Amino acid sequence: MDSLIPLHALKPGQRAVIRRLDTPEPLRRRLLELGLLPGEAIGCIGRSPGGDPSAYELCHAVVAIRRQDAAKIWIFTGEGNTSGTDE
Amino acid sequence: MGLTSKAMGRGALDANLTPKTAASEAVIALAGNPNVGKSTLFNALTGLHQHTGNWPGKTVVSTQGLWHSGKHLWRLVDIPGTYSLVADSAEEAVARDFLCSGDPADRPDAVVVVCDATCLERNLYLVLQILETGLPTVVCVNLMDEAKRKGIVLDLPLLEQRLGVPVVATVARKKATLEGLASAIEGTLATHRPLPAPVTYPSAMERAISRLHPLLHAAGAGTNSRWLALHLLDGTVPPPETEPLATAITEQQARLAEEGLPQDAVATAIKDTAHRLCRGVIRYTAAKEPADRRIDRVVTSRLWGYPLMLLLLAGILWLTVVGANTPSQWLATGLFWVQEQLTALFRALHAPEWLHGALVLGVYRTLAWVVSVMLPPMAIFFPLFTLLEDVGYLPRIAYNLDRPFARCHACGKQALTMCMGFGCNAAGVVGCRIIRSPRERLLAIITNSFVPCNGRFPTLITLITLFFVGVGSGATLPAALLLTGLILLGILATLLMTRLLAVTLLKGEPSAFVLELPPYRPPQVGRVILRSVLDRTLFVLGRAAAVAAPAGLVIWLLANIPVGDASLLTCAAGVLDPFARLMGLDGAILLAFILGFPANEIVLPLVLMTYLSGGTLTDATDLSQLYQILTANGWTWHTAACTMVFSLFHWPCSTTLLTIRKETGSWRWTALSALLPTLLGMAVCMLITAVAGVLGV
Repeated sequence: MDSLIPLHALKPGQRAVIRRLDTPEPLRRRLLELGLLPGEAIGCIGRSPGGDPSAYELCHAVVAIRRQDAAKIWIFTGEGNTSGTDE
Repeated sequence: MGLTSKAMGRGALDANLTPKTAASEAVIALAGNPNVGKSTLFNALTGLHQHTGNWPGKTVVSTQGLWHSGKHLWRLVDIPGTYSLVADSAEEAVARDFLCSGDPADRPDAVVVVCDATCLERNLYLVLQILETGLPTVVCVNLMDEAKRKGIVLDLPLLEQRLGVPVVATVARKKATLEGLASAIEGTLATHRPLPAPVTYPSAMERAISRLHPLLHAAGAGTNSRWLALHLLDGTVPPPETEPLATAITEQQARLAEEGLPQDAVATAIKDTAHRLCRGVIRYTAAKEPADRRIDRVVTSRLWGYPLMLLLLAGILWLTVVGANTPSQWLATGLFWVQEQLTALFRALHAPEWLHGALVLGVYRTLAWVVSVMLPPMAIFFPLFTLLEDVGYLPRIAYNLDRPFARCHACGKQALTMCMGFGCNAAGVVGCRIIRSPRERLLAIITNSFVPCNGRFPTLITLITLFFVGVGSGATLPAALLLTGLILLGILATLLMTRLLAVTLLKGEPSAFVLELPPYRPPQVGRVILRSVLDRTLFVLGRAAAVAAPAGLVIWLLANIPVGDASLLTCAAGVLDPFARLMGLDGAILLAFILGFPANEIVLPLVLMTYLSGGTLTDATDLSQLYQILTANGWTWHTAACTMVFSLFHWPCSTTLLTIRKETGSWRWTALSALLPTLLGMAVCMLITAVAGVLGV
């Protein structure tokens, strides 16, 4: 079984694959529109000076998400998912 | 938001989407995700000067313009950026309502969906949704130059073949690349035929859609019936009350629930389609990390993030102080020379003394003060600020400042609207539409005027120069630093007041914060400077003529209408004086703030006018005499400090207040927005005065 971790646990420089969104509406739809869909690759590229929010790379764009929201997004960082953004 | 009268006046908010007019042959909507260059494209096609900026959510109201494309005259409508047609913010609702309106007469004749070539697949999500509305569509893949720089290779003919609608590549900043767009639209308008459904949904969903289809048709839905069916089913469009449609929808919804469709079936189906369409269309050839990431690592780093923001702010203010000095002197010398000539002319014509007084000493002299003292700092600060906006730095400010704002139970995007407030508070208030949560939006609206707008900077700069660094000392750096300090005070007040409101009148937890950080773009330096100087100059001159001239006349009349032994002006200032003294001001200053209600630009000129009409000094011909005029009327550093604080914290100008009324729909919130800064300003001024009194300075 996959062991899922929340998105905020992803450290800058790490990549993962999105598995599940437990965020309430309408945030859920907002994230879907931005490409945060199960199966998509996501990478953490940094944190803001205050430590929150963090910036994530997704669909070749950069999106900032707060820790409390990222905690409801579940990702998988398995072998083979650590490189590449597409294909 | 541009500071042109169009963008900031109340007229901008009234920009109704009444598309069809006799003048144009067709109405073309410009749709697209936020920050893909729609406004730049709109400007290039219409020749208008809609303000552009590199951050998502910049366009919050629709703008229209005429596009002469060779043989055709089209009406182009630039609608606010949106990620999808399911709207949950005010600005997105504008887009959705315009494209999906039930009445075919209200819909545009065609849509140009502007896409970002650097993340085309994500943009297709909106393209597919718009195709579903059945509107004739042209896909415009913009920012091709950026994609090329990033090593992204696109096979657009293949995409065109798969989508079945024209796909055109453009670089909105380069006009030559826009030619293909006109012919694509022309072709689409000429051969309007129904499009095949672009997205196939799970079979249960498709079945439900086809059940609703005939009913919708019978109810009068046109080409958008598939879109309508889909969104009636997932509840994002409120169901009609008419039968048999209402029952049919409930029935189909129940059936879908029974079949246990996954929660994101629709979104997933669209995403999958976009992914399939892009296979073989997009190729990434660059292996190295984009420069944006390296810049962001510094700009948003724990170590450099905040210092860099301060440094940029101080830098911009320093350039403003340095740059404004000389032109101010020139303007003053020139304009007061003209005044002497006017006086000579009036004398030569034997014009009555009251006419000369009212027109030259009243109207003209106030205008001259406004232009010479206020215009240069504005004309420098604004383009510099616009350059930062053009590069894409503003979203980073919001990203850096989200944490402090979250602590105040507000949204990081308030940092963006606060920055817009530096340009103009009215524009900042309109900009608050980018904040989704109504509570957080109200917080941002009410606290917007705690940062000084472009109309208040010159007052602050002048007073700092005169009283804190010394005239002619050339000490521009301390002046800039003091000004930075004042602005930080404004930002601190913004945060404190936000927090105060968040625990009292506007209670609530911070909502979610999702902000896209767009790629950095080289700024269009020439264009920014030209437009902001031209627009700004014309705007200030226009406003000066409209507001300062009558105010100058009023001041002159007040000064020359006798009441007993004194003039009306002396009486009015005298009435205000005792209260004003408590705040370290005097009656004339408070009167100027009150008369300056229509525009903050005229406060300091009005103070000077009041003093001059009092006869202490009858003439002033250049700026170096400013200090003398003020000190002769009892100004000390303490008066200057209190005037600056009160300039920072007092009621917003009338334009801003009317905008707040319009945006909140409530006089109560408007009153609060005026009351809060005024009370704070009074309190701080009184505190300064009390402390200064105790210390005996």
